[in-house]
Amino acid sequence: MATSSGVATWVKVCDAGELVVGIGVSALVRGKQVALFKTGERELHAVGNRDPYSGTQTMARGLVVQRDGQTLLATPTGRELFDFATGQCVDDPMTRIATYPVRVVNGFVEVRITVRG
Amino acid sequence: MNQDPKHPLPNVSDMDTETARKRLVVIGAGMVAHRLVEALVERGATDEWTIDVFGEESRPPYDRVALTSFFSDRDPDDLVLGDGSLWTVDGVRLHRGVQATGIDREARTVSARGRTYPYDALVLATGSYAMVPPIDGKDTPGCFVYRTVDDVAELRAYVNELAARLDRPVRGAVVGGGLLGLEAAGALQALGAESTVIEFAPWLMPMQVDEAGGRTLRRIIEQLGVQVRTATATAKVRPNRRGTVGSMEFADGGGSIDVDVVVFATGVRPRDELAREIGLSIGERGGVACDDACITDDPSIYAIGEVAHIAGRTWGLVGPGYTMAEVVADRLLGGDATFTSGDLSTKLKLLGVDVASFGDAFAGTEGSLEVVYADPVGGVYKKLVMSDDAKTLLGGILVGDAEAYASLRPMVGSELGSDPTAWLVPDGVTPIGGVSLPDEASVCSCNNVTAGAIRCAVRGEGTAEPCHDLGSVKGCTKAGTSCGSCLPLVKKLLDEELTAAGIETSNALCEHFATSRAQLFDIVRVTGIRTFSELVATHGTGRGCDICRPVVASILASLETGHVLDGEAAALQDTNDHVMANMQKDGTYSVVPRIPGGEVTPEGLIAIGQVAADFGLYTKITGGQRIDLFGARIDQLPAIWKQLIDAGFESGHAYGKSLRTVKSCVGSTWCRYGVQDSVGLAIALELRYRGLRSPHKIKLGVSGCARECAEARGKDVGVIATDKGWNVYVGGNGGFTPRHAQLFAEDLTTEELVAVIDRFLLYYVRTADRLQRTAAWLETIEGGIDHVRSVVIDDSLGIVADLDAAMAVHVDKYEDEWAATLADPDKLKKFTSFVNSPDTPDPDLVYVDERGQRRPATPQERATLIAGTTLEVRS
Repeated sequence: MATSSGVATWVKVCDAGELVVGIGVSALVRGKQVALFKTGERELHAVGNRDPYSGTQTMARGLVVQRDGQTLLATPTGRELFDFATGQCVDDPMTRIATYPVRVVNGFVEVRITVRG
Repeated sequence: MNQDPKHPLPNVSDMDTETARKRLVVIGAGMVAHRLVEALVERGATDEWTIDVFGEESRPPYDRVALTSFFSDRDPDDLVLGDGSLWTVDGVRLHRGVQATGIDREARTVSARGRTYPYDALVLATGSYAMVPPIDGKDTPGCFVYRTVDDVAELRAYVNELAARLDRPVRGAVVGGGLLGLEAAGALQALGAESTVIEFAPWLMPMQVDEAGGRTLRRIIEQLGVQVRTATATAKVRPNRRGTVGSMEFADGGGSIDVDVVVFATGVRPRDELAREIGLSIGERGGVACDDACITDDPSIYAIGEVAHIAGRTWGLVGPGYTMAEVVADRLLGGDATFTSGDLSTKLKLLGVDVASFGDAFAGTEGSLEVVYADPVGGVYKKLVMSDDAKTLLGGILVGDAEAYASLRPMVGSELGSDPTAWLVPDGVTPIGGVSLPDEASVCSCNNVTAGAIRCAVRGEGTAEPCHDLGSVKGCTKAGTSCGSCLPLVKKLLDEELTAAGIETSNALCEHFATSRAQLFDIVRVTGIRTFSELVATHGTGRGCDICRPVVASILASLETGHVLDGEAAALQDTNDHVMANMQKDGTYSVVPRIPGGEVTPEGLIAIGQVAADFGLYTKITGGQRIDLFGARIDQLPAIWKQLIDAGFESGHAYGKSLRTVKSCVGSTWCRYGVQDSVGLAIALELRYRGLRSPHKIKLGVSGCARECAEARGKDVGVIATDKGWNVYVGGNGGFTPRHAQLFAEDLTTEELVAVIDRFLLYYVRTADRLQRTAAWLETIEGGIDHVRSVVIDDSLGIVADLDAAMAVHVDKYEDEWAATLADPDKLKKFTSFVNSPDTPDPDLVYVDERGQRRPATPQERATLIAGTTLEVRS
């Protein structure tokens, strides 16, 4: 039972100017692969880069879509949709992707990552 | 949340000062407890109540249903429910790693870690524990249960450590072939271990599926490499010389097998010990007895989730648990909600296999009839349980293909209205003739919305105005707003009701555009709009989706409006167009240089071979007479293309909805039978139409004589040489539904032929639906092939001059997308592995050698290869 839950820290990732609305980028944040998306002028999202259906690190290459007023992320195959906010797969309650808090500080994108203690 | 772990307890006197508020204590911090607190906070209960939650696990509540994903996601913190802000709300406290050890009903206190916490209301949400059968050796190191994140973490560490030590795959066994057992087997597989599932019952998942369904399931998962033994009881686990698990023995002469790891997944028991201690009534097979308000014998004590015995049983699914949490939240705020029965229908994906079970799945109703469809080869088993007159649906089981689940589950208790077998055949989600769901049938079980409520909303009864699209139906009725599995059915009801009301159901592209693709094409062409944002602002709504964005990108590209990655267009492309390569199963890409007509020089072959050798790419000859190079990382694409372009190659558009190849036979140049120069024509056609963006891929073929060695009649446009010139055939394809192309025009000169193909292709590009090949287009377009012939050859619509001019623009403006990309530093930016570490390649890619080339490692190979270098160190 010797599992500690670690400490969450904000990690600087990249210049906010590198993000383009609708196009994801991958980032390596403290060993974790994270997909960053800008979905609007002031909307940023950070999710796990791993596509749980294919097992590949490709969510950053997925497509940002809007459906019923919700902004969703489609896997690169386009077959599955995930809610940016919760990471929940829209059609499959058993599957989620990780989501991370993200913010912009002094023009830099920062992601909050839990570092194993 | 940043409590010192050594002093996690709140000061008791702090709680006493909060006399103005009533005190709620929740014992247990699982998913159902989380939902309870969430529901209370959402409804503002913290004005009246303080909430103290005690959880013995060190983590905040997490998603136990997704436990298996922890094997792949690797980080348990990713499973945590919510963003943690719930536990910082004023008046809410989560005591992590603190076990409540006693309850004093007289004093109304809970004791934990030697302190007492007073309560006005107490909720027991202690869940279940994993039950281990009392067999010899069950505590041998290497035996595990499968219940918590820590269980899973320990199992993973153990297997990884073994994998690193042994020079053979780790052998795992799972005792229990139910839902959890199959999940555990999947987890072992994901870790690269061999797994054997041992089930006592005669078939797998005996609680959810019948024998035939279990057999089908077995066949599918055996094909996935999992061994299965049914009707087998485990007698003992034997240690090896190191004292860890070495083998297991079966009862009744069932023999034994060598194993390294045993996972027990033989069921759960409610954790009702606290309730027993204080004398609360307990259900027959465990669980704290409650009434329909989730209240136990003691009116100030509630029980929810798996520990509650309610409506005659305990409920082992999260759905009913959530309902109980909502009931108690309502009661604590003075409401009168009740829990009457939970829906035990389930639809799951186990090891990638769909399994669904609903209603009276085992045909327990007297006189019930079973309608079965089984395809053992395809791995599909479906059964509907019908009433004795074969009219009313009572329940069902779906294995291997559960697509009909969303439509069928709400029909339970209703007349199916058509031949039930129509629901079972492949693609049988919508039976011929249609069905009418009775008004009282529940369509959305999450939010309890009936078919009648949806119909009323569409008709505008009781709503501000009639709901004529899916969005407003969802908004008005809340149907489909939780899990969303019923949305296909909601859409169907909406369409039926609109048709009945005489309102035309549209051929709208998607919710953002009310027009069809063909209409949209005309709008773009006529208005001169050249950006998606302008188009959606003037002729659509919202910001677009995965349907309309690539369609508009394709339309814009067909109209020769510039590079596919220019400005805004880049965000419209789907992933393959986006990086101009084809994504493969491991997330890397394949690269296909164009080889027009399949003709290539020795120097060209050597250059391609050199690229493959330099970048370690797997090479294969394609069906389209060119060479596919596999395994290119996204960050390698520009360098690969630099080398290819320097050698005279250009993009083959293998990724695009556009011309792929023009296949040819060697023709009159070499062949003794050839009557025309098929290679020369194929090259000319391929160079003419390369890069033409279209509703779907386009393939052409040219044969030099009637022997048809180029298989031209299997192409969208096929050309076959005659003594007098060329015959042209259209509308052929291979693939899922093969079609032979039909004769379109005969004995054309080369010049006439090119004009016919020009116009045919452009008319198709302008009028077809999205993802419609030429064959399907010819079938759906009014007048069929004769109409198209009259447009193309007789100019019946007077658009030939326009089509010819458009093709001239295409030919004139063509430029190689890859050469243009390499010349533009802005476009090259996206070809990096990581935005913050561009020199680090994706560390997750693993390859093995096979027949002299490399290929992606299988999951088993991965586990061994990765575990060898990055063994987890346990603290």
